[in-house]
Amino acid sequence: MLKLEQRPEPSRLWTYLTPPLAVAVTMIAGGALFALLGKNPVEAIATIFWEPLFGEFAFYYGPQLLVKGAPLILIAIGLSLGFRAGIWNIGAEGQYIVGAITGAGAGLAFYPADLWVVFPVMVVAGAAGGWAWAMIPALLKLRFGTNEILVSLMLVYVAEQLLAAMSLGLLKNPDGFGFPGSRNLQQYAPAHNAELVAGTGMHWGVVAALIAVIFAYVLLNRHVLGYHIRLTGQAPRAARFAGVRPKRLVLFCLGMSGALAGLAGMFEVSGPAGQISIDFNVGYGFTAIIVAFLGRLHPVGILLAGLLMALTYIGGEIAQSNLGLPAAAIQVFQGMLLFFLLAVDLFTNFRIRVIRPETA
Amino acid sequence: MGAELLNISGLSKAYPGVIANDTVSFSIREGEVHALLGENGAGKSTLVKMIYGLVKPDSGTMALRGQPFAPSEPRAARASGVAMVFQHFSLFDALSVAENVALGMETPPRMRDLAHRIREVSESYGLPLDPYRIVGDLSAGERQRVEIIRCLLQDPRLLIMDEPTSVLTPQEVEILFATLRKLTSEGVAILYISHKLDEIRTLCDHATILRLGRNVGTCVPSETTAREMAEMMVGSAFEQPESAGRDPGQVTLDVTGLSLASPGAFGTSLRNIHFTVRKGEILGIGGVAGNGQDELLAALSGEIRSQADAITLDGRPIGRHGPAERRAMGLLTAPEERLGHAAAPDMTLTENALMTAAQREGLVRHGFLRWAAAEGFARRIIEAFDVRTPGPDNAARSLSGGNLQKFVIGREVLQRPDVLVVNQPTWGVDAAAAAAIRQALLDLAANGTAVLCISQDLDELMEISDRFGALNEGRLSEIRPARGLTVEEIGLMMGGAHGMEVAHV
Repeated sequence: MLKLEQRPEPSRLWTYLTPPLAVAVTMIAGGALFALLGKNPVEAIATIFWEPLFGEFAFYYGPQLLVKGAPLILIAIGLSLGFRAGIWNIGAEGQYIVGAITGAGAGLAFYPADLWVVFPVMVVAGAAGGWAWAMIPALLKLRFGTNEILVSLMLVYVAEQLLAAMSLGLLKNPDGFGFPGSRNLQQYAPAHNAELVAGTGMHWGVVAALIAVIFAYVLLNRHVLGYHIRLTGQAPRAARFAGVRPKRLVLFCLGMSGALAGLAGMFEVSGPAGQISIDFNVGYGFTAIIVAFLGRLHPVGILLAGLLMALTYIGGEIAQSNLGLPAAAIQVFQGMLLFFLLAVDLFTNFRIRVIRPETA
Repeated sequence: MGAELLNISGLSKAYPGVIANDTVSFSIREGEVHALLGENGAGKSTLVKMIYGLVKPDSGTMALRGQPFAPSEPRAARASGVAMVFQHFSLFDALSVAENVALGMETPPRMRDLAHRIREVSESYGLPLDPYRIVGDLSAGERQRVEIIRCLLQDPRLLIMDEPTSVLTPQEVEILFATLRKLTSEGVAILYISHKLDEIRTLCDHATILRLGRNVGTCVPSETTAREMAEMMVGSAFEQPESAGRDPGQVTLDVTGLSLASPGAFGTSLRNIHFTVRKGEILGIGGVAGNGQDELLAALSGEIRSQADAITLDGRPIGRHGPAERRAMGLLTAPEERLGHAAAPDMTLTENALMTAAQREGLVRHGFLRWAAAEGFARRIIEAFDVRTPGPDNAARSLSGGNLQKFVIGREVLQRPDVLVVNQPTWGVDAAAAAAIRQALLDLAANGTAVLCISQDLDELMEISDRFGALNEGRLSEIRPARGLTVEEIGLMMGGAHGMEVAHV
């Protein structure tokens, strides 16, 4: 008979072992899924994980890894701070959209002036937009005790309507022949978040993501605020006893995750996407939740998880076009990753013991 | 006294790393009150859990009325006539007495019939209880009655009681003992777990004493002195805390008219509380659990704010200050609940040391943590208070209750507080550790700290306090010098029989 037994303390080994193990189990289960769909499982898995990095077109896909990974990491870092404290911002997608709108809006307000200050203003505006959007669930929570999960999630759909309204109204390109969508910021140099080194995919968003990783690492491991965040998440009553002010923490964590999501949106709209359009958002804000947990809410883990998730996105697209795998199968594959991570996570705190049936 | 009811022979149970019971044997006769005596961790709980079918023994046998007895689950034990009243009640606050009783039955009768039977049983055993009252409104003593009546409805032959008096006032203890005597006169055997020696001497016919999982002796309590039993329990004489002659100085902590609404539906509101604590004295506050102890501690620690001038420290109003500000001013606290309140279970001891000592011990500079200093402070606590742990990198939850308690108390004591407030400082701690903690409190007072000790252990309070008061339904009794107080006086200060009319047995 098998029995789960709680470990006296969390296993360090398993903390590091579970993510790679989850990836391995996902490959096996995903392979089985692809086989059932009539595809060669080895080829499919190789296409997803190998092709983007070492395949024939790696020169194209490699930079894409940074382009897709950066917003995921930037958003996930912000979310992880709140998740660590037990503050659940599920609406990063909405903050991402609003950050893109305010960032692009600030840039377009200067059009066509050629000033160096345009881009920094856009950065501030993008962060402020995301921050303000996240302040709505934060203030409602503090004032009326509403649930931040529901409010932040519902605000995503409000933000999507706002995005559509902006694409069709206020931010619509006056020279766009009536098509929805704003001017393309890639064609407005002062507002363009261009590659810093051509052909690498390295843009300001990538730099911001790396800074966020370092910032979060220092905050959580060296600063008293990070300590309070962890304490609140692990033992809320002990945190209050220690003197943590829960309300301030709610404001900080929601504000920070909103600002980082807003920044991600702003870097995306001014760079890879180029313009505000109805279908601007592609779900980075939701995927970042998976990234945050896959990375164990640890900054370095999130960095790796973000890149891994970007890899499955790109690899998944290749598998769709080359092998004809349905998009839904790729999404299931990505979902499996979180599913198996949570499953094997059990071994961090529990161990399996084989017990012989006892004689009574 | 009747025939042999339960015979236990060579019962052993081992858990990873610890042998909880090592070939324990004894027997209980019908109509006898049999005490099971031992320190925390001596294996009393494991033993009764085996009798009640919660834990399976590794080896050894039990026999009930001569028949082999090996309950696989509590239901089987209950069917054989074994019932148990746990130390911690398993009752739902929001339900009525009858509903709670029905929840524990396999085939509950109709509520009206059940209420009728509850009333019947409660009256015949001198435990008056209204079946329609909501449990959340009952005192601890009344809740215990619900648990006892729940057991009596099963018509048990053996009733196991785990530390039943720890939540009762002296008067309530008398009522309970009368009930137990009535039960034994009907032939019911009672297995009575306790470490309170005086009680055992008045109530029990036989005692089995456990130490480190072994049966180290049996005795007839009425013919054995408390001291002899204590030495059998502990295995050797241990240091009794020593109180140096103290000279109370000026008032530091002054609480005047402190009233607070209860934070939760079934919490206790504090009502117009007045007291002062002087430098170098220990003020003991007793009372049955749930009469406002947690709320008083929260009000003093700053977790709950009050009117600014309801609490003053050296004349400065601090009622509106938060925990961190109060700590900076020299008012330190140690709450009752170790895991989750006084310490974060999954954090290391170093991180837990940081929890309350960050400011006073200079473990934070410009908002950045000084890990090396924090670890040093954790090491100092571990050394000074003899905390048994491999090192400060271990998680708090890996420590035993007593060791974690030493760590939590040590963390506050080593910060040289001006005022220290502790709640249940030795709860669930073995005798040696409890003595060490009490000694630390006495030493602190001798060095001029004002100590406020909230506890449900009256022996402890009488041993260390200079003055004594009791909490009863959120009100604090008059504060009186501890020396010379009789048990009856203390009982009345704690609220007598707690709103229950004295039973007519």
